[in-house]
Amino acid sequence: MPLVLLRVDERLIHGQVIVGWAGPLRIGCIVVADDALAESEWEQDLYKLGVPAGIECRFLPVATARDRIAAWQRGSERIALLVRGVPELGRLAEGGSLADQQVNLGGIHHAPGRERVLAYLFLSPEERADLDRVAASGADIGARDLPNAQRVPLAELLTRRD
Amino acid sequence: MMSEPVQGLILAHASVASGLVAAVKQIAGIGDGTLRPLTNDGCGPDALLDAVRRDAGSGPALIFTDLVSGSCGFAARKLVAERPGTAVLSGANLAMLLDFVFHRDLPLPVLVERLVTHGRDAITGACSEDCTDAAGAAAR
Repeated sequence: MPLVLLRVDERLIHGQVIVGWAGPLRIGCIVVADDALAESEWEQDLYKLGVPAGIECRFLPVATARDRIAAWQRGSERIALLVRGVPELGRLAEGGSLADQQVNLGGIHHAPGRERVLAYLFLSPEERADLDRVAASGADIGARDLPNAQRVPLAELLTRRD
Repeated sequence: MMSEPVQGLILAHASVASGLVAAVKQIAGIGDGTLRPLTNDGCGPDALLDAVRRDAGSGPALIFTDLVSGSCGFAARKLVAERPGTAVLSGANLAMLLDFVFHRDLPLPVLVERLVTHGRDAITGACSEDCTDAAGAAAR
């Protein structure tokens, strides 16, 4: 499965992704699915500062990324796909495009309306409902900030108050 | 004519910033406020940018980050893009921070250039003799 990481993380490209995940998973390409970033070259340049030579980096609108998921899953390129939040994940999952795809919740931080679930994961009631819907479409959702951490499956996250 | 003293802010992962500020205080005896620590712990991008905006104050500001990229580097560079009189310096080390506290009156561009040079000059490496011998043998 060449779409080796699909991660929800507000920080998008940062140390945990580059050092923690990209190396061990031998990622060849990082795709950021984000409508605003796809239009902002200077912000793309900032994110690219953190990407080592040898890893390609692309910024696509969410709808474009969704249309390419099936091809990425069939292809040979080892891809990490990043989105910044649950709403973007929900849009990616439209049409069942994330069926059987593992989804990694890696970093959603405190904000008004959100409750702490894990140290690195805070969810609002709306986000919990959205995640439930994405899971119902066939995605296998769990939380794990780094590869050596215990994966917490969505069923446990949805009932958990840390 | 001296410039308004530059406000220093260290933005880094985990407890790096507070550790560096503690070390600078121990060595240089600076008072509170010259160099403020800020961690990205538990902060999303928006909350981190708000914290950097708040701690940068109103005058010239220099934001030190541990890494050039990632959430700290990104927040610092976003602030530089929106706030006049602001600079970012990534790869902060103790030597450059000590130099900073004694040269805060320099104009910001001059100060940044000076600190980059000073920080680079403070990085050296050395190996014990057995390592050097092993490297030589491997090269042969």
